[in-house]
Amino acid sequence: MAWIALGVVALGVATTLVLMAFNQNLVFFFTPSQVAANQAPVGRTFRIGGMVVPGSVKREGVEVRFVVTDTAKSMPVVFRGQLPDLFREGKGVVAQGQLGADGVFAAREVLAKHDENYMPPEAAHALEQGAKAQKTIKAP
Amino acid sequence: MIPELGQIALALALAVAIIQAVLPLAGAANGNRAWIAVARPAAQTQALLVAFAFGCLTYAFVNNDFSVAYVADHSNSALPLHYRVSGVWGGHEGSLLLWTLMLGVWMTAVSWFSGHLPEEMTARVLGVMGIVSLGFLAFMLFTSNPFDRQFPPAIDGRDLNPLLQDPGMVIHPPMLYMGYVGFSVAFAFAVAALLSGKLDAAWARWSRPWTTVAWMFLTLGIALGSGWAYYELGWGGWWFWDPVENASFMPWLIGTALIHSLAVTEKRGGFRSWTVLLAIIAFGLSLLGTFLVRSGVLTSVHAFAVDPKRGIFILGLFTVLIGGALALYAWRTSRIGLGGEFAPVSRESFLLANNVLLVAAAGAVFLGTLYPLLIDALGAGKISVGPPYFESVFVPLMAPALFLMGVGPLARWKHTTIPELAVLLRWALAVSLAVGLLLPLAFGQWHALTGFALALAVWIVATALISLKKRPRGSRAHLGMVTAHIGVAVFVVGVTLVKTYESDKDLKMKPGDTVSLAGYLFRLDQVTNVKGPNYVAARAKVLVTRNGEAITVMYPEKRLYVVQNMPMTEAAIDPGPTRDLYVSLGDPFDDGSWLVKVQHKPFIDWIWVGCLIMALGGLLAASDRRYRVVLPRRRGAEVTA
Repeated sequence: MAWIALGVVALGVATTLVLMAFNQNLVFFFTPSQVAANQAPVGRTFRIGGMVVPGSVKREGVEVRFVVTDTAKSMPVVFRGQLPDLFREGKGVVAQGQLGADGVFAAREVLAKHDENYMPPEAAHALEQGAKAQKTIKAP
Repeated sequence: MIPELGQIALALALAVAIIQAVLPLAGAANGNRAWIAVARPAAQTQALLVAFAFGCLTYAFVNNDFSVAYVADHSNSALPLHYRVSGVWGGHEGSLLLWTLMLGVWMTAVSWFSGHLPEEMTARVLGVMGIVSLGFLAFMLFTSNPFDRQFPPAIDGRDLNPLLQDPGMVIHPPMLYMGYVGFSVAFAFAVAALLSGKLDAAWARWSRPWTTVAWMFLTLGIALGSGWAYYELGWGGWWFWDPVENASFMPWLIGTALIHSLAVTEKRGGFRSWTVLLAIIAFGLSLLGTFLVRSGVLTSVHAFAVDPKRGIFILGLFTVLIGGALALYAWRTSRIGLGGEFAPVSRESFLLANNVLLVAAAGAVFLGTLYPLLIDALGAGKISVGPPYFESVFVPLMAPALFLMGVGPLARWKHTTIPELAVLLRWALAVSLAVGLLLPLAFGQWHALTGFALALAVWIVATALISLKKRPRGSRAHLGMVTAHIGVAVFVVGVTLVKTYESDKDLKMKPGDTVSLAGYLFRLDQVTNVKGPNYVAARAKVLVTRNGEAITVMYPEKRLYVVQNMPMTEAAIDPGPTRDLYVSLGDPFDDGSWLVKVQHKPFIDWIWVGCLIMALGGLLAASDRRYRVVLPRRRGAEVTA
């Protein structure tokens, strides 16, 4: 019986460990509109998504700045390093990072999926929400 | 004409699959010899028909038959021949066909190498595999037919995804699928045991080599996929905890647990119910992996909405196969019994702990991979779980597993004592602690976790040597086990060293500029334009020196595949036993300079060499004599409950 008890204890410890790690490392997704409405957490990593505003990409050495929009609201993003091959102006993008005090989203990772016509689901979602928001604004 | 022949062959294969799924199982249930005898010829016929269909699709690819929609979507007349062949499994429909072909290969192998099994057992195993095959053939014919024609025919194809135009990608899917589908044999054995109610040591001995070979292929497949990501994605990462990777890793973890649990079932008659359950789960996760990756469920849960027929079919197939097997398990498991008793300190206990850890690890990966999909499907928001989660869960779960890898093989079955083990292991412990303390200093910086991981790796190798010394004339199975464990140690060394000591630099470089990294000096010489068969590229020439001595010249490229208008970073890698140098070319600037990323990756190749050694261990173990010998009497009888 001793080994069954031991096994149960081990399993319990493992489960607790897993759930704790899970809770700490969940990354939530926010649209630029939600970020503009201050719904995004400060000092915690999260994801944003939308479309790269055409003409907004500016390279300064290894640093690159661009603007992401969900058509209702836009937000500036800064990233250091090589962008993925399919990152393009006017295309969908998802970035993961933290919101700086200056309101610029410092991306640690930029994701653009490897297919020209493919829109990351999060980016599509953001654009959808943005379009909806604009309609409700214009309606009255 | 040829595609139609393929289509007919698939339809015939479906008909044969129905016969194979019904008659042998029914025959085994009521003792009808004639029906039982149908199993082997049916399996072989079906495999031949599927192979013929596969040949027809390959023919269409090789001859650029763009009237076949699938060919038009995944090939192009400018594509080199070997990529046209690998284009056969470059998409959803063709992957399914490859999957079914692999199933045919495994079924044929079972029909050949099962002469020493009771006829009813073979009939049941092949019958269950017939059901699996039936499901896949129906899925292919009704929802994802690779032979569908389009009118008018396309003038030229849309080309194979440039990422898949790579030698690694030519063999990665077949290897991975051999592994996935191989678990269907273990699954079929498990269901056959549940049906017959007889699960004994003989049963475990029959299913062990099949499981080990499947595991070997899966190991190779995952290693190839990881290697491909490393040199083809151009970022220098080797594992991203991406859902697609996790989908192949989960069956590997459960398959590893299954191999160890089967050892107990064979040697001691223990863990029986648990072994059967693991076999069912391993195959269930293989199915999940197949569908997650290829049906588009992962890239977007909304793929179900795009083609609800496919989604419903997948769910149906999954429910019938896995749900059915689990229901059978719940119903019949009491007949199988739990198996022999053992003391808290014994080899059984260590293997049990190993199983708990591996299953917990698989559960953790499962949670991290599927929870975001579930939340999204419920419309409760969008979340993602990144590498930090998987890493923080994996290290504490795998560390004790690695430690036990040293203890388990030296512990005795049934009962062993701690003082006895301590005497055996004291030198291994001393050596590994010393290495863990000192070796990181050789790399310049001491990290507790790095020292700990290296100590564990040395511990595994040292205990493996002790175990070899104790049994100098051990069986191939023993040698295979030791080899696979050493492979894990090599893998751990690679992961630890690259994770701790890798370095990289992103910078803007003009031709003539230099950058130094980890003692190497990289000079960008020039960037020229080159033209490939179906792409154009900018190719940089980078000269690498160390202390003034020329090391190598590297040619990273930035390619543009013209058909799909898709840019690709083609990194240049200079591999070596103690380090890889990795240079990739980013975007150009207006002033003629380029964004360049240089990376130094110590010991990274040990990761894949470790996987190769693991696979070699699997091969050795599976080729052990005792699996091939036709047993004169049924030794299993003595442990039957």
